[in-house]
Amino acid sequence: MSPEAIAPQSGASTPPASRGGPVSFNAKHLLGIEPLSVDQIQLILETAKSLREISTRPIKKVPTLRGKTVINLFFEASTRTRTSFEIAAKRLSADAINISTSASSIVKGETLVDTARNLEAMAPDVIVIRHSSAGAPHQLAGSCTACIVNAGDGAHEHPTQALLDALTILDHKPALKGLRVAIIGDIAHSRVARSNCLLLGKMGARVTVCGPPTLLPVGFERMGAPDGPPAVTDRMDEALDGADVVMMLRIQMERQREAFFPSVREYFRYYGLTASRMRSAKPDAIIMHPGPINRGVEIASEVADGPYSVILGQVASGVAIRMAVLYLVIGGREQPPQAPEG
Amino acid sequence: MSSGQIERTIRRLAREILDHNRGQQGLALVGIRRRGVPLAERLARALWEMQAVKVPVGHLDINLYRDDLSSVATQPIVQSSEIDFPLSRKIVVLVDDVLFTGRTVRAAMDALVDYGRPKAIQLCVLIDRGHRELPIQAHFVGKTVETDAAEMVEVRLKEIDRREGVLLVEPAS
Repeated sequence: MSPEAIAPQSGASTPPASRGGPVSFNAKHLLGIEPLSVDQIQLILETAKSLREISTRPIKKVPTLRGKTVINLFFEASTRTRTSFEIAAKRLSADAINISTSASSIVKGETLVDTARNLEAMAPDVIVIRHSSAGAPHQLAGSCTACIVNAGDGAHEHPTQALLDALTILDHKPALKGLRVAIIGDIAHSRVARSNCLLLGKMGARVTVCGPPTLLPVGFERMGAPDGPPAVTDRMDEALDGADVVMMLRIQMERQREAFFPSVREYFRYYGLTASRMRSAKPDAIIMHPGPINRGVEIASEVADGPYSVILGQVASGVAIRMAVLYLVIGGREQPPQAPEG
Repeated sequence: MSSGQIERTIRRLAREILDHNRGQQGLALVGIRRRGVPLAERLARALWEMQAVKVPVGHLDINLYRDDLSSVATQPIVQSSEIDFPLSRKIVVLVDDVLFTGRTVRAAMDALVDYGRPKAIQLCVLIDRGHRELPIQAHFVGKTVETDAAEMVEVRLKEIDRREGVLLVEPAS
């Protein structure tokens, strides 16, 4: 018998199978890192570690979410994240349907909530949403009965990215607590930076964010407080000094006409990651990037392809994290029902 | 059941596994998490001590294969499965502490065949407490216990629980 079958509700003896985290996720949605507890983050990371093995099997599929439907509702272009969610759903035997903005009725003037209600009439179990407006997933969570997973909302949060970054860091470092993490680039427009600051702060890492003053939002140093507010600097050497982890952010070239910095060449000169700059970081520092990378803009090819780059490891971690999130939100309830016997 | 009785039972089960599979190549043990795992390790040790037979041991987590995921109260924590040897042409002995409804064993067999196609799957349990809900029977049984469906059989092993013994627990009322 499984441990759950013989251990529960006796009250008299053995504790439930637990490795420090909660036994249950107890949340129906993943809207951001901000509402998550440290225990919930740990549970997602531990579950992802266990699920990773499935992707190494000759038959990369388990029947866990058979008969569940996952809709990937993407209002912004995305290849990596959407594919990652789709593969994650399929490896757990859920049916995944992708809806992208160009093919949908948004162009016909339908509102977000109306779109969601129409989808909901087809009884999906999870809606994964990416939207250019902050708070769009929260609005859906309030008007739908399906589980909502935020796959990026405006410049607000991108929780699965921060979780997969944490999982990747843990492949190379023993713990998040006490690590020095530099996040460098377009902080102002980056949901990746926000989610990472929140997660790393909660887990006890020391974060420094760095970018040109025009791309550093005011008040960022108060974010994530009191869990561990990030330090803010516009000097890259200061951010890199003694760093265990260097996270580069993509410069969104489509924003370049708004002239946040004079030229791409100048940006690379002051904020591009090169092998010589990396000498300020710890010798065993790892280099991360959420992708897609702009070679020669925020990161030099020699570094992106170098031995300390874990960029492709991040992509592999992404599938495991999204499998864990789908598994946990579908099983997660705010009110657990009566216990049956296994 | 005391700690000494558990030890003697494991040695007897190891002997039965050997006798049953006499002359067969490619025996493997797979423990079902959590308490099947230390039992499988102990059986492997006993097989080594008796006959110098070295048997690979794997660990199986069956939570991804449960049939009650949408109805269990607390969602099970998924742990990793570790089977780092090929299963094809192996005689796999599944090991668990208690055989009850049979649903765990059903899940374990489904999980196992996703790793490969064993020549045969056999089942070894420390305690058979009856009340089967599926047509599943163990090849090797340490002890058969008459139980009431509401009672609980608690197996404690020192690797996990620090103490050792098997208890029949009345339901808390």
